[in-house]
Amino acid sequence: MKFLFDRDTWQELYDSLSKNKLRSILTMVGVWWGILLLIGLLGSARGIENSFNRLFGDFATNSVFIWGQSTSKPFKGFQEGKRVRLTLTDVKKIEENIKGIEFVVPRNQKMNLVVRNLLSGTFNVAGDYPLLDKVEKKKLIHGRFLNQNDINENKKSVVISEDIYKQLFEKDEEAIGEYIRINNINFQVIGIFEVNPFGGPSTDIHIPFTTFQQIYNQGENIGWMMITGKPEFDIKQIELDTKLLLKNLHRIHPQDNRAFGSFNLGKMFGKMTGFLTGMQFLTWFVGIATLIAGVFAIGNILLITVKERTKEIGVRRALGATPFEIKRQIVVEAVFLTLVAGLFGIISGGWILIAMDKFLGQGDDAVFVNASVSISVVFIALVILVILGTLIGLIPATKATSVKPIEALREE
Amino acid sequence: MLKISNLHKSYAIGDSSLHVLKGIDLNIDDGEMVAIMGSSGSGKSTLLNIIGMLDEADSGEYILDGLPIKNLTEKKAAVYRNKFLGFIFQSFNLINYKNALENVALPLYYQGLKRKERQKQAMFHLEKVGLTDWAHHLPKELSGGQNQRVAIARALAANPKLLLADEPTGALDTGTSYEIMEFIQQLNDEGKTILIVTHEEDIANMCKRIVRLRDGVIMEDTFVNQVRAKQNV
Repeated sequence: MKFLFDRDTWQELYDSLSKNKLRSILTMVGVWWGILLLIGLLGSARGIENSFNRLFGDFATNSVFIWGQSTSKPFKGFQEGKRVRLTLTDVKKIEENIKGIEFVVPRNQKMNLVVRNLLSGTFNVAGDYPLLDKVEKKKLIHGRFLNQNDINENKKSVVISEDIYKQLFEKDEEAIGEYIRINNINFQVIGIFEVNPFGGPSTDIHIPFTTFQQIYNQGENIGWMMITGKPEFDIKQIELDTKLLLKNLHRIHPQDNRAFGSFNLGKMFGKMTGFLTGMQFLTWFVGIATLIAGVFAIGNILLITVKERTKEIGVRRALGATPFEIKRQIVVEAVFLTLVAGLFGIISGGWILIAMDKFLGQGDDAVFVNASVSISVVFIALVILVILGTLIGLIPATKATSVKPIEALREE
Repeated sequence: MLKISNLHKSYAIGDSSLHVLKGIDLNIDDGEMVAIMGSSGSGKSTLLNIIGMLDEADSGEYILDGLPIKNLTEKKAAVYRNKFLGFIFQSFNLINYKNALENVALPLYYQGLKRKERQKQAMFHLEKVGLTDWAHHLPKELSGGQNQRVAIARALAANPKLLLADEPTGALDTGTSYEIMEFIQQLNDEGKTILIVTHEEDIANMCKRIVRLRDGVIMEDTFVNQVRAKQNV
């Protein structure tokens, strides 16, 4: 590798490239364009992925929501149209019997008038366990979320959303520790959370599940449940298993598809990530294909160059250049061209990403969030370039030395 | 210095083959200045190419300075060419994007000399051919005679045992030709062995020995009285 640090190698390179600047530049355009596309596309794909992740980020995506509806088939003496209500026992049974469950979160909710001094509003009051925070991450601005203590002692604590705070409190008023009235009962505000555009309605009020049971006289009944599966388990299978178990528990016909309603977040998310993966694959495919086309263009031009320089190569060989030295020089030329073009491509690709971030990547509903390419991808692209450049350079190099010096000299 | 016996060479032309050299025997001693003459197709260029290791004989023996030249790999041939031989071509064959100095330094580059040393030696040889002032000019900025002198300096640069010239004056007018010949004669006076292929009688007569080829065999091999080029300039 000593020759790489030899000034003469670079002198030779400079001479032969500067001899025909236009051709050298045109040669590089192909590779430059290829890597520009690769970087630009990869960055965009990453940007879109990031924006999806931002939307879903606070959610345990491997989840399914299940609630009870009415039966559509008579079964075991019950007529169709029987109202189905899920209970805490169901939750326990599901946790015990279904494989691959991470956790099951029972929830209850009711619309209710909420009053504070002279301000009031009708909001969705939900009875929740602290576990909810795991499925649907709450970003708290002030205070804390519900905890086990609240549950155990049926505390009258409440966590409200930012929007509700704005409706019930004056601007800049301290809310933590204040009381609001729900169902004519005073609740102490213990936390305010930020509204997530994807995290459910913005007018949510969370009170301890046990407290909800008490004030609304719910007993064992629950409104619905969120089931989160372990990452390695298929959420669709969990949904099927759970429904079957529930049908069994509630004496519902196994083929009754309307008894339980459900929304499979995992399935939706899977579709989305599948789309993203596809896009990423496409990006790589298009980028690498363009890159290969660019490198081939370099090989092609070098082949012409070698043809033009046949005589010169003959002279050099007559003066004592070994075939290896000739080959090396041409391969170095090819690699140098690809590498320089590649570096320019990476830099200008970077500019495109910067521009994209500046014009399309700002704000909450940006299409591209942090559109970027990791250093390792850039590195891989460079390595691919060097390998391709070497391989493609070998074609004209072999061609250059396959001609006997005597024939090369005869060439006019 | 050079010993050739029973050298044969034929080229395949389509289905048939052309027998170019039909048993050449030639001995050249140190310090000789030999002209190889013959009409085109007589095989003189082929002989020169074989001597120059640019081409290989089909059969026969070729010993250069005690070293048998046979079955050379491309690499070995390149090293021998670099070490033993200096080439002068009819069309100069300078590299057109390198200046005179760089052209002269090229064989030294392939010898693996350091840049400084190369430049020094190349400059020395350029001085010898009287082109110091033109060292940094490109071939296209030089006249034909100057270009050939650069080519001679290049051939000398590696300090070869044998100087091979293929129609060195073919592209030059008479005056310039004689200048170049005068210079080549000077080199011979200093002890260089020189082999010139030419078809011009006056050029041949400036050598010390004339070998005439016809149809691939040596017709005549005579020592002549050297005509000094200087008188004619």
